Amino acid sequence: MAQAATNAQPPLPQRAGFGRRVAAALVRRREASILVILLALIAYFSVRTDAFFGTDNAQVIAEFSAPIAIIAAGEVMLLICGEIDLSVGMVFAFSTWIFYFANTDWNLPILLAVVLGLLSGSLVGLVNGLITVFLRVPSFITTLGMAYVLNGLTLNISGAFPVEPPGGHTFFRYFGAPPYVTVYWALGVIVVMTILLTRTRWGLHTVATGGNLLGASESGVNVHAIKVGNFVLCSTLGALAGIIESVRIDTIQALQGGFPLMFYAVAAAVIGGTSLFGGSGTIVGAALGVLVLAVLNLGFTLQGISAYWFDFVLGIAIIVSMALNVTLERIRQSGRLGGAT
Amino acid sequence: MTEPAQVERAQAEAPDAIRVENLSKSFGVVRALEDVSLHLRPGEVLGLIGDNGAGKSTLVKILTGFHKPDSGTIHVFGEEVQLKSVSHARSLGIDTVFQDLALVPGMTVYHNMFLNREATRGIGPIRFLNNRVMKRRSREYLEDIGVRVPSIDAEVARMSGGQRQAIAIARSTHSDARIILLDEPLAAMGAREGALIIELIAELRKRSDVSMIVIAHNYVHVLELCDRVNLLHNGRIVLDKRTDETTVEELTNIVAAEYRVASTA
Repeated sequence: MAQAATNAQPPLPQRAGFGRRVAAALVRRREASILVILLALIAYFSVRTDAFFGTDNAQVIAEFSAPIAIIAAGEVMLLICGEIDLSVGMVFAFSTWIFYFANTDWNLPILLAVVLGLLSGSLVGLVNGLITVFLRVPSFITTLGMAYVLNGLTLNISGAFPVEPPGGHTFFRYFGAPPYVTVYWALGVIVVMTILLTRTRWGLHTVATGGNLLGASESGVNVHAIKVGNFVLCSTLGALAGIIESVRIDTIQALQGGFPLMFYAVAAAVIGGTSLFGGSGTIVGAALGVLVLAVLNLGFTLQGISAYWFDFVLGIAIIVSMALNVTLERIRQSGRLGGAT
Repeated sequence: MTEPAQVERAQAEAPDAIRVENLSKSFGVVRALEDVSLHLRPGEVLGLIGDNGAGKSTLVKILTGFHKPDSGTIHVFGEEVQLKSVSHARSLGIDTVFQDLALVPGMTVYHNMFLNREATRGIGPIRFLNNRVMKRRSREYLEDIGVRVPSIDAEVARMSGGQRQAIAIARSTHSDARIILLDEPLAAMGAREGALIIELIAELRKRSDVSMIVIAHNYVHVLELCDRVNLLHNGRIVLDKRTDETTVEELTNIVAAEYRVASTA
């Protein structure tokens, strides 16, 4: 067959040195650059603080990270398809109370109570998604409103007093026993969500929806279903995180989670290379972003730096990583360093 | 991709791929199309030329199901149809390729080629993307029609305008599209980029299973690429000739004459 029809790009020159190849890898693999930052932070704190490097601290980091990583996985799916969920931190509290009441007041078996808690999260996501997609309210507004609605509801039904989560020893062992059960859940969520995003039609259509809404829908992708589905997914993961985290710390509070937890998750996703413009992002990148937050948090604490500075650095990290992300995207698209290998 | 049965049928019965009769369309007081009739033979490449405002895009939008005509009939492969929507037109095998509308920049070439028709494998409802198959088929198909891209794994965002358009056209023909409307495929494109598309159209022209309507401004390109050319002027078809029976001069003169008529009328 005639191959004359070409605009074949000349192959990249082979003189690429080590530095250039590393740079190319960093540009190509979004997760690589954030991994480098994470390792640098760990190295820095290890040198600066003797207390940093140890199993106790690894445990602290892991426990801190688990619920955020679970929620971040949901936010990544939503951000990729061009939406956001600001209410998931409130679902974290609300659905945990539903779980509590389902077992204690409504006398449902504990596992059924968990299912009901998760379903309450799914329902919130469904409402978020339907309002956003069919009433065409921007998800920022839909979920902001939903956040306040849920917070008000949670304060009312809880009476604003903390309680102990229900469940016996076996339940405890599988649904949140410290130190590592929540971490196992988080790892499981990361694996499953990564497969969903990168290996299934759902994931591909999520990317297509965020990358070219009109083009995707003209290709027959059901962009409405994709968006609503990802709202449901994100909220359900919020409910899961809330339930297992409450079991781990042995307390259910009305004000747990909330906006701070949600913003950590969104920040982690952004630091991990997910674009707020939609169309790109990875679950693993977001998980690494969570670890960056956790290492910063712990490192600052151990150094005796005020927690106020944590927010300061977090803010800078968000802005820098977003600027870096946009710049890298430009470099990638220009084809420099990109080497089609 | 040419199925023998299809070719036989096309040659035996040979209904027109598209037959438009007495099509009219007005927007308010503006008469965009007036009693337009045209036909597209199976496997043919028809050039549609005419100035801005001549009615080319209205005609294309009607044929893609975007606008509904005020009067007139449309036959697709011999059957009269009322095109209800873009997806309805597409289900009949009519596809329009715009340069940037169709592709997802952040996705690879092969995922774009297979968007919403992905190859999967798995057990029952649990299915995973079969990237290997999609890559192989995309590579084979693109090679088959002479489209070369830097890498089948590369994101479309890294492709040039010409490559993107070639991929979009290839995707259409790779799916079930049998009638492809190319809206200004060479507009805003450099010579090298344009050459890519010209080669692709020439390659597809050799096939009997794809019919095309190419809208263009450049008469030289039209004469080179198309079997036949129709000239639209003020909402009417004023010329219908085989490209080997006309010249750039003739087309230019006819257009100039139409303008003289229009200005003296």
